[in-house]
Amino acid sequence: MSGRSPFGLGVARGLPFIVIMLPFGMLFGVLATEIGLPVAQAMGFSVLVIAGASQFTAVQLIAEGVPAAVVVLAALAVNLRMVMYSAAMVPHLGSAALWQRAAVSYLLVDQTYALAVSAYEDSPAWTLRDKLMFFAGTALPVFPAWVGASWIGAALGGRIPESWSLDFALPLAFLALVGPMLKTPAHVTAALVSVAAALAFAWVPWNLGLMIAAALAMMAGAEVERRS
Amino acid sequence: MSEATVWLIIAGLGAGTYLTRFVFLGLVGDRPLPDWLLRHLRYAGVAVLPGLVAPLVVWPDATGGQPDAAHLIAAAVTLAVGVWRKDVIQAVIVGGLVFAGLGWAL
Repeated sequence: MSGRSPFGLGVARGLPFIVIMLPFGMLFGVLATEIGLPVAQAMGFSVLVIAGASQFTAVQLIAEGVPAAVVVLAALAVNLRMVMYSAAMVPHLGSAALWQRAAVSYLLVDQTYALAVSAYEDSPAWTLRDKLMFFAGTALPVFPAWVGASWIGAALGGRIPESWSLDFALPLAFLALVGPMLKTPAHVTAALVSVAAALAFAWVPWNLGLMIAAALAMMAGAEVERRS
Repeated sequence: MSEATVWLIIAGLGAGTYLTRFVFLGLVGDRPLPDWLLRHLRYAGVAVLPGLVAPLVVWPDATGGQPDAAHLIAAAVTLAVGVWRKDVIQAVIVGGLVFAGLGWAL
């Protein structure tokens, strides 16, 4: 790691993710304004929730006029994986001060989690301070890129021509996120059950069919894993 | 939906999401989780996203809810590129180009 400080290394590892954060953040901003949300609310999502897939889910369901409680539950379900991230940080950062753990939790997204876990495993000699500095380094490019891109998208939103058919951008973005997640037969099974049940229960009011599908799919994935 | 309701959604989702990130690092610490719970949480992502997308792909609003070749093919290509390249951006770009191309050709 050529004498770089853990903070500098974190910044270097986080920078390439700007390429991902910019188009996704802009797409979120555009879609949020397209369904009629003011710029302040698009920014509210990106600053207070900071979780792309669940923000897209919430915006999609708001557009469908689903009751607020169902919007929150469905979008939260997308974020359940963060519980795993939180647990994975405990052996490395569990002895940090409370305010430091609170700050890390705020910035614990897919990218910072993935970078931190792999760096901590590669550098067992790092002190607690080194680990915290690396994490702060990864968040430095990632978080402003997400917030800034959302703002650009929200500001541009109204100026995108109708003919660009952005309504299909959201399904494409989700499918692109799912592809790399299909790592094992258990993941593939969960995804197939999710699709089949979501279509079969599409008639259930308030989009609760999605919640039924998600519960069945998690059970199917866990069961396949248990048997293999 | 009123502006106040949307702010309520943002606040609830923000607080809930923060809690999912803080629960272990801040509250539970290194006390072990039951295996069955971890096993289910591992599949949360693949359990929600495909189900959310499926009706949008099969019954798109743009066609008045009728299944349509351009939507189905573009969706399949996006997923295939994502699985093959393990790269979200490549999948979005290729899927978007295929969808635009089919929209122009069909």
